[in-house]
Amino acid sequence: MTGSMRSWPIVHLTLWRVREFTREPEALFWVFAFPILLAFALGVAFKGRGPEVIRVAVEDGDGAAATAAALRISERLEPLVLDSAEAHNRLRTGKVALVVRPGEPVLLRYDSTRAESEMARMVVGDALQDAAGRREARVIAHETVAEPGARYIDFLIPGLLGLNIMGTGMWGVGFGIVKNRSQKLLKRFMASPMQRSQYLLSFVLARLVFLGLEVVAVLLFGHLVFGVPLRGSVFSVAIIVVLGAMTFAGLGLLVASRSKTIEGVSGLMNLVMVPMWIFSGVFFAYSHFPDAVQMFARYLPLTALNDALRAVLLDGAPLVAVAGLLAILLLWASVGFGVALKIFRWE
Amino acid sequence: MLDIALLCRGLVKRYADVTALDGLDLEVHAGECFGMLGPNGAGKTTTIEILQGLLQPDAGRVEVLGHAWRTHERELRQRMGTQLQETKLPDKLTVEEVVALFRSFYRRGKSVDQVLEEVQLLEKRGAWVSRLSGGQRQRLAVACALVSEPDVLFLDEPTTGLDPQSRRQMWGIIERFRSHGGTTLLTTHYMEEAEHLCDRVAIVDHGRVIALGTPRQLIESLGAEHVVEFAIDNDVLVPDEVYLDLSGVQGVAHDDGKTRLTASHVHLVIPDLMRVLERRGATLDQLTTHHATLEDVFLSLTGRHLRDG
Repeated sequence: MTGSMRSWPIVHLTLWRVREFTREPEALFWVFAFPILLAFALGVAFKGRGPEVIRVAVEDGDGAAATAAALRISERLEPLVLDSAEAHNRLRTGKVALVVRPGEPVLLRYDSTRAESEMARMVVGDALQDAAGRREARVIAHETVAEPGARYIDFLIPGLLGLNIMGTGMWGVGFGIVKNRSQKLLKRFMASPMQRSQYLLSFVLARLVFLGLEVVAVLLFGHLVFGVPLRGSVFSVAIIVVLGAMTFAGLGLLVASRSKTIEGVSGLMNLVMVPMWIFSGVFFAYSHFPDAVQMFARYLPLTALNDALRAVLLDGAPLVAVAGLLAILLLWASVGFGVALKIFRWE
Repeated sequence: MLDIALLCRGLVKRYADVTALDGLDLEVHAGECFGMLGPNGAGKTTTIEILQGLLQPDAGRVEVLGHAWRTHERELRQRMGTQLQETKLPDKLTVEEVVALFRSFYRRGKSVDQVLEEVQLLEKRGAWVSRLSGGQRQRLAVACALVSEPDVLFLDEPTTGLDPQSRRQMWGIIERFRSHGGTTLLTTHYMEEAEHLCDRVAIVDHGRVIALGTPRQLIESLGAEHVVEFAIDNDVLVPDEVYLDLSGVQGVAHDDGKTRLTASHVHLVIPDLMRVLERRGATLDQLTTHHATLEDVFLSLTGRHLRDG
């Protein structure tokens, strides 16, 4: 044999990991297609449209036609004249935001817990006052903006990126190791002169091979389709992404360090990941949670990763500005790898 | 004068509620093919895993190629090849890729092509492991063991579950390894396999060696080389002494409603047996004869069949 790279165990072990992944079409779907489909669906669903048209019902009776005409002057309202029973039926089922009963005084019926109804109350109120000849006490000018970086899709893309890095890191490492253990391959390797460190390193290297592709796919999609800004430097993004990937590879290793069955490791995996799906600000900001929960959420590795990604991608923050977040990631990575190597079951 | 390749002295291994090994002794000479024969749970796999440095015995001494695992692990791992009973090789890799992976762990060894040719998998080199038949998978496992040109080869039930043709192919591979001077330790519960392949055989039961020798010696220890097996249809009882009086009968055993006679000359025993049974009014239900095998040895030593577990 020559001493070329082709005979190095680490090359063969890493190639094995890469092949195992690329020869599994389902895995390719979940890693590459799924986050993009999710981003597309959510991006379209919450796309910043013009002011929405609000449907309201006007109860049929005296003055109904005049009231409806007054409401129609406002571009934002779509009044429907309906008999009382039908109007309330539609209110109950959410097909109209509010019911107007003409008369003196005009009665507005709505559910105050629905954001849409609150909006309807204000717009209908204004329209009726204007129609009755109200004069503004103070003239207010309006200017609306839709700045890239402040929309929901801008919030979402970095979150999805973080979520994907967590998922692929934990599954890629954890699942692969437990599979090898349950197939008694680990034991077979132990009978050979293979070095344990090289086996573990191959999982990390294989992660790095795919990480670049995963990240570029999601960011490019967000940028090209939705105009999500990419303000930070490529170097900063790369550092954060690699550190994040290592953190979750370490946690994946920890979760897999003793499990003997795929079922066992899947349960642990969900136990670790589901709280982060909820608390780490992937789909909505964790600032909605009570203070105590926020304290907890802030120290989760995915929260640190998402916050760092958002700061750098959306605000163009330098690495120094996210040093604290990177420290949290580094801490989790050390704990993951450190404990995993101590308790790892090779046999 | 004979080099000892593998040595076990007084091996003891206990698990929570069972004693897997109960003072097992074993010596395998360099260059021989040595078989461990015994029912499931006899301690064969435990012994082989201790010899491979995968398990620690609770007591006893192990030497492989003259070295202890504690002091020479790196060297020993380079010099042994192994096939474990339960290993599933990576499904999504090709035959060639799997062998190359294992080859990369060793300093010296054969080329991938060479070893694939040896195990007759050359034309399957590009096929995924998931597409292989049971026999092909097992030969691939042995290819991974042979690719480092080991001095010692451990095979744990290499032919269990294989069809007769695949089994013969495996035998050919093992015989070729032996003819090149390699030492093999294999476990099996197929008697004909041990008789065909092994220079010497140890019969293992309840964690100890209960008989040791060449297959020929073990069979001869029965004192006769044929077995006559029959059942009586009605309730007539014939005392064992009657059978022992028949010419050439060395032993009588009863098993599962059948009577088994070990005898040196079948053609003399059968006419006598017919006469005796007729005189006593017994009707014969079945009658078979075969050459004595290791199975008969095991049965006469333990009163149980090998496959009963």
